[in-house]
Amino acid sequence: MDEAIKTHPELSAIFNEDEQRVDWHDETLWWIRQKRDKSAHSIPEWEQLRATASQIKNNVLSDLANYLISFEEKAIANGITVHWAADAAEHNRIVHGILKDNGITQMVKSKSMLTEECHLNEYLEKQGLDVIDSDLGERIVQLAKEPPSHIVLPCIHKKKEEIGDLFHVHLGVPAGTSDPQVLTETARQHLRETFLTRKAALTGVNFAIAETGEFVVCTNEGNADMGAHLADVHIACMGMEKIIPERKHLGVFLRLLTRSATGQPITTYSSHFKKPRKGQQMHLVIVDNGRSIQMGREDFRASLKCIRCGACMNTCPVYRRSGGHSYHNAISGPIGAILAPNLDMKKHADLPFASTLCGSCSNVCPVKIDIHQQLYKWRQVIVQEGYADPTKKIGMKIMNFTLSSPALYRTAGKAGRWVLKYAPFTVNNSMNLWFKQRDMPTPPAESFGEWYKKNVKKK
Amino acid sequence: MSRDQILAALQQNQPELTPLPDTLSFPRDESLDLKEKFITMAEGIGSKVYNIASFDEIAPLIKASFPDAKRILTVVPELVSAEIPAFELHEDPHTYEDVDVAIFKPRIAVAENSALWITEDLMGVRALPFITQHIMMVVDRNTLVPDMHAAYEQIGLADYGFSTFISGPSKTADIEQSLVLGAHGPRSMTIFLYN
Amino acid sequence: MKVGLFIPCYVDQFYPNAGIATYQLLVKLGVDVTYPTGQTCCGQPMANSGFEHLTKDCNSLFIDNFAEFDYVVSPSGSCVLHIKDHLHDEHKEEKAAGIRKKVYELVEFMVDVLKVKNLTAKFPHKVGLHQSCHGQRGLFLTQMTELVAPYYSKPQQLLSQVEGLELIPLSRQDECCGFGGTFCVVEEAVSVKMGKDRVKDHLSHGAEYITGADMSCLMHMEGILKRGNSKVKVLHIAEILNAE
Repeated sequence: MDEAIKTHPELSAIFNEDEQRVDWHDETLWWIRQKRDKSAHSIPEWEQLRATASQIKNNVLSDLANYLISFEEKAIANGITVHWAADAAEHNRIVHGILKDNGITQMVKSKSMLTEECHLNEYLEKQGLDVIDSDLGERIVQLAKEPPSHIVLPCIHKKKEEIGDLFHVHLGVPAGTSDPQVLTETARQHLRETFLTRKAALTGVNFAIAETGEFVVCTNEGNADMGAHLADVHIACMGMEKIIPERKHLGVFLRLLTRSATGQPITTYSSHFKKPRKGQQMHLVIVDNGRSIQMGREDFRASLKCIRCGACMNTCPVYRRSGGHSYHNAISGPIGAILAPNLDMKKHADLPFASTLCGSCSNVCPVKIDIHQQLYKWRQVIVQEGYADPTKKIGMKIMNFTLSSPALYRTAGKAGRWVLKYAPFTVNNSMNLWFKQRDMPTPPAESFGEWYKKNVKKK
Repeated sequence: MSRDQILAALQQNQPELTPLPDTLSFPRDESLDLKEKFITMAEGIGSKVYNIASFDEIAPLIKASFPDAKRILTVVPELVSAEIPAFELHEDPHTYEDVDVAIFKPRIAVAENSALWITEDLMGVRALPFITQHIMMVVDRNTLVPDMHAAYEQIGLADYGFSTFISGPSKTADIEQSLVLGAHGPRSMTIFLYN
Repeated sequence: MKVGLFIPCYVDQFYPNAGIATYQLLVKLGVDVTYPTGQTCCGQPMANSGFEHLTKDCNSLFIDNFAEFDYVVSPSGSCVLHIKDHLHDEHKEEKAAGIRKKVYELVEFMVDVLKVKNLTAKFPHKVGLHQSCHGQRGLFLTQMTELVAPYYSKPQQLLSQVEGLELIPLSRQDECCGFGGTFCVVEEAVSVKMGKDRVKDHLSHGAEYITGADMSCLMHMEGILKRGNSKVKVLHIAEILNAE
């Protein structure tokens, strides 16, 4: 229910009740940002790579329809069955349909943020199907019945003791287990059984190559491959903007992706799927779900260049101190804040304001999306569309009125200083959000304007 | 039909055509010792690297590293011996579930990130490089290239059903960013560098 | 060259010393500087809150006050960036465009236009330099740690000319302080946490003063310092560069 969803400020306030935990979350993600820095600095041509990736993606967006047609043609010739889904609901129905046609009721999944966006698991479970997420982080949040909080590090918000508790309840490890080695080994054994028995595997798509009709899936765990190569049916789901024109462009993107995400030079596996295995069905679902609308928004179109690396989240000082769940959207953080309002402006009206516009995100983005400028522009749109807080509206109108007149401004300023000096209790109280954890500035005897008038001879 | 609906919406909303970059040419350190860089990256990622003079050195190394290995096989004809049986094709990939050690020979080795490019025809079956408990790669030093651009230059438009870059043992850091080697793919990777 | 001095509204009302120091510094450096008394605000608080459409009057007033000058200089990176990016007026667009080209934040004006190399200033204290985001990433006052590019820092260049000043290192060179305009109250919890963390970084490295090119960031950190009963003070960089 929409009414029950708290806003980013509300959720962040709750997140900040445990300051030590915030420090832990913040420091962990800052450390990943630092690893990214170290990795980027080891590549002298890093900024040239970013510029190149950005240019390639700009070209893709300007010719996406043709690239998709070309990609589909080649993929079909390769033996892949291509499906098109206008929205999340159709995507879910298509995936369900494929499983139903094959009499399959159990599926293993590797990471796909697109399927999170479509709430696929929930849908399939309602249809009576069993879906197991095989990415360790995703499996953990699945057991915890939570969505992932980060697009690359799904359970970055969870402590190892909490994961141990989950595994104790669901996978039978002794109570109090928290050694990551032991927990990972447990998951390996548990999921190996899944890989060996599932007839259907679903993967995401990191890149889809228009030139050759192949797609690339990057993992460290090997779970996408374990699922796909053992299953009779491989379903790959992709946001339609994941297209890359030529195979050789992968050189640029594979050099940028993992370094931006976690500071590693490359993921353990960068698997190129071109044709189904003999006797296997390979399906690819191309999904729109609001992307063609975003494409029509001149100011926000560039957000479709995103390669889902998560660098913007790791660097964002607000994200690090509020956590992915505060963004109430499958994709959180800075990129989430410029994608989500397109999907539901009312629900996500708060997200572009969950930022100080510091600009760090835009400068770590491997494809140079002007994220912080888009955040500013979304604020204008949201207010124009009528989703601004009404009290804010009134405050702004008063501010405009006061600041448009030098005389009014000077009077208001003087009055403000007087009140702060002689009746501070009217300002220094619980209604003043500034005052909750900060002292107000000390009111000076005179303003700069008053000093200037007194001390500087007019020329 | 959704396909037509989507394509029409895109045609309408796409911006004016902007060009692709003319070249993908990036500065390269020509003095870089490819072998040294490759080994540094491979070991940094958790692989074990041996410089070997002859393939005869491999079997004893396997015995020493994996004394309890019951099922060992190789897709590389030159390595087949009494200790290292040849890969035998079974259509059902599940039959390789109990393989302990599998040895492959990739086509290309990338120095900047120790990624090894191996196409399906060199895998035996697609599942094998992933389902084996331990993976080993014999890498010809002459197949070393400096970076991913060079790798894709060599790959060109070669056809394959499946191919992958493998840069090390499977791993995860999902639990509080603690790196654990051996997630769902092989627990370890051993590289034999020759020539 | 005639310079018009633009003093941010909250500096005018609450931190006049920063404005006074800016004025005195420019005079010392031989600049013909005037403060147009009809100025009010650049409009940023409204624009950043999504009410850009309400800033037409502010824009018009700004243009009227500053169009005649050769340069417009202000001790505020964020206000200058806002003017540079957003000053428009459908009736006076040529004048607006002119101002956008000649508006400078104080530090960049001193380094790039006046080319100041020998300040006579003295401030024998341990100072922490806060890199205000809009000045840094918008006006490029200091190289940002996100980019793989050579390091430089205009504020540091000026502070290095101040006798006796010891610049302390920081654990996080250029993380945002959390002020962010109305963000400071709309997202109070996160804003304060960000400010506390910035302050902690400076304190743990022994800062006696925290400085920067934007009074808004300093006001936010000062609020936290005072609430924590700290003896550490904030000073606008102009006040340090003007110190004798």
